[in-house]
Amino acid sequence: MAQLTRRATDLLKPFSVALSSTRLLTTTTSTTPITVETSLPFTGHRIDPPSRSVETTPQELMTFFRDMALMRRMEIAADSLYKAKLIRGFCHLYDGQEAVAVGMEAAITKKDCIITAYRDHCIFLGRGGTLLQCFAELMGRKDGCSKGKGGSMHFYKKDSGFYGGHGIVGAQIPLGCGLAFAQKYSKDETVTFALYGDGAANQGQLFEALNMAALWDLPAILVCENNHYGMGTAEWRAAKSPAYYKRGDYVPGLKVDGMDVFAVKQACKFAKEHALKNGPIVSAY
Amino acid sequence: MLGIIRQRVASCKGFPALTLEQGIRVVASQAYSSNSKQMTVRDALNSAIDEEMSADPKVFLMGEEVGEYQGAYKITKGLLDKYGPERVYDTPITEAGFAGIGVGAAYYGLKPVIEFMTINFSLQAIDHIINSAAKSNYMSSGQISVPIVFRGPNGAAAGVGAQHSHCYAAWYASCPGLKVLAPYSSEDARGLLKAAIRDPDPVIFLENELLYGESFPVSAEVLDSSFCVPIGKAKIEREGKDATITAFSKMVGYALQAAEILAKDGISAEVINLRSIRPLDRATIYDSVKKTSRLVTVEEGFAQHGIGAEICASVVEECFDHLDAPIERIAGTDVPMPYAANLERMALPQVEDIVRAAKRACYRSN
Repeated sequence: MAQLTRRATDLLKPFSVALSSTRLLTTTTSTTPITVETSLPFTGHRIDPPSRSVETTPQELMTFFRDMALMRRMEIAADSLYKAKLIRGFCHLYDGQEAVAVGMEAAITKKDCIITAYRDHCIFLGRGGTLLQCFAELMGRKDGCSKGKGGSMHFYKKDSGFYGGHGIVGAQIPLGCGLAFAQKYSKDETVTFALYGDGAANQGQLFEALNMAALWDLPAILVCENNHYGMGTAEWRAAKSPAYYKRGDYVPGLKVDGMDVFAVKQACKFAKEHALKNGPIVSAY
Repeated sequence: MLGIIRQRVASCKGFPALTLEQGIRVVASQAYSSNSKQMTVRDALNSAIDEEMSADPKVFLMGEEVGEYQGAYKITKGLLDKYGPERVYDTPITEAGFAGIGVGAAYYGLKPVIEFMTINFSLQAIDHIINSAAKSNYMSSGQISVPIVFRGPNGAAAGVGAQHSHCYAAWYASCPGLKVLAPYSSEDARGLLKAAIRDPDPVIFLENELLYGESFPVSAEVLDSSFCVPIGKAKIEREGKDATITAFSKMVGYALQAAEILAKDGISAEVINLRSIRPLDRATIYDSVKKTSRLVTVEEGFAQHGIGAEICASVVEECFDHLDAPIERIAGTDVPMPYAANLERMALPQVEDIVRAAKRACYRSN
């Protein structure tokens, strides 16, 4: 009983703290630097790609593992709840894509902004949301991050720079460029990551927003999370050119292995430096 | 260019003796003291934006031709020179893109004023207006507020055809999360635009191209930089006791002209300038209908699912026992706006239509 109560209290804490208090997993505070090679090289479009060597530490490695494993378990649990009809409406799962959320967080701060579409549960966790806020929102409870009024597709955490959670495919890209616009206007020296899928990559508003971002040198980083399906339609039937990192044409692009958390971390660090100095960059994972 | 067309039409022989602009000027000068300063709606809007940009560095302008061209209708004249390219942005012709960028900037805490060259073009961006702007405050349970203003000329101009003459008041007014304003006079234009820019919620500000050049008297209070008109309050432009006429934007001028004509026939009409379409000032409308017992609603847009339809249903719900006659709805004819001048005239409400409707409501028509 005490165990259950303690686990319930754990749900209220940000997940990394919650898990570190569980005695079963090994933890380490070692910050000895380790150099890792990404499994695949980066490919650049109109830009020299970053090096494949990524610096990390044992502590960071364990954090990556815990965070990604937690996200996977959370999404599988959400899947079961959805099939049990305890989650209503839509439930878009991020299992398989955890490396993007976790790698990105390792490269940026909470003052940088992230905006994504409706596959947002793990991005929310990565930005500091708790499991309780997540499940409560999915199940329509007032302790949810949007007090039960948003649902699966409308998680937000403005104090950590997470601007949602958007149900309309592609809308988040101009919104993300708008966040970048405001960051530049306010001289904050921060960037915005606008995440979208390979389906949204074909949206006209992406090109409208990217054109303006390029004209005005906005610190906007467009990140295409390519899972090779746009809703139910396979990529080869929807996109004439699946080289999404090249879609920016005059905007530099980077192709990254999204399954490799170190590659993601390196790419996001590289993109942030680029965006602050040179304006928008497109990346495809 | 549109100004030139209007001048040519007005100087054309065979045109009705009292043109629209002349009519409004006559009525406006009759309604107000001649001691006040005169100000055009265009200058009213320009001064409102100027003062709000000066007062709050978070306010910025974005739209097509707002900067170097000085504004497609010169509403933003001089603002690029005064505030620089960091506050006034000329955009490419990509409404979906720049409306989305504006909403994103508003999420972050800036206060964008986004101009659509006409509200017809807002349809290209309507997903961002409705789904990204209007609904975000509710969906995020208050975390995200969207202090954005979308403004531009709405409804018919002169001879611009179907795709450039549609009134979208009813479209936006049906959406929770938006505020929808429609000024008539220069006082309205200044006060409502200032209120809109200061408002923490998304506001659709529906101007009228044909009113831009009209002058109205403005008092010292209106010219003060802190002047503001409350959102959600209508204005009684003319008091009366026999029939209530509700209108907004250009139709207020027509309603006032109709009231003059009706007065000669012994019908005292009360003209309500709605000012705010959402939230609608139902209380003022109810009080007026309870006084007069007869109602005529006037709008330029189409009748079906229009502003008049909402006012009618609302009044029937609240003041049914006070009504002495069926409510009369005057609206644009149910066709896409034709181009030919005579057909355009027939497609829009005219003063005589309002007069006839008021007489029907008083059981005085033939």
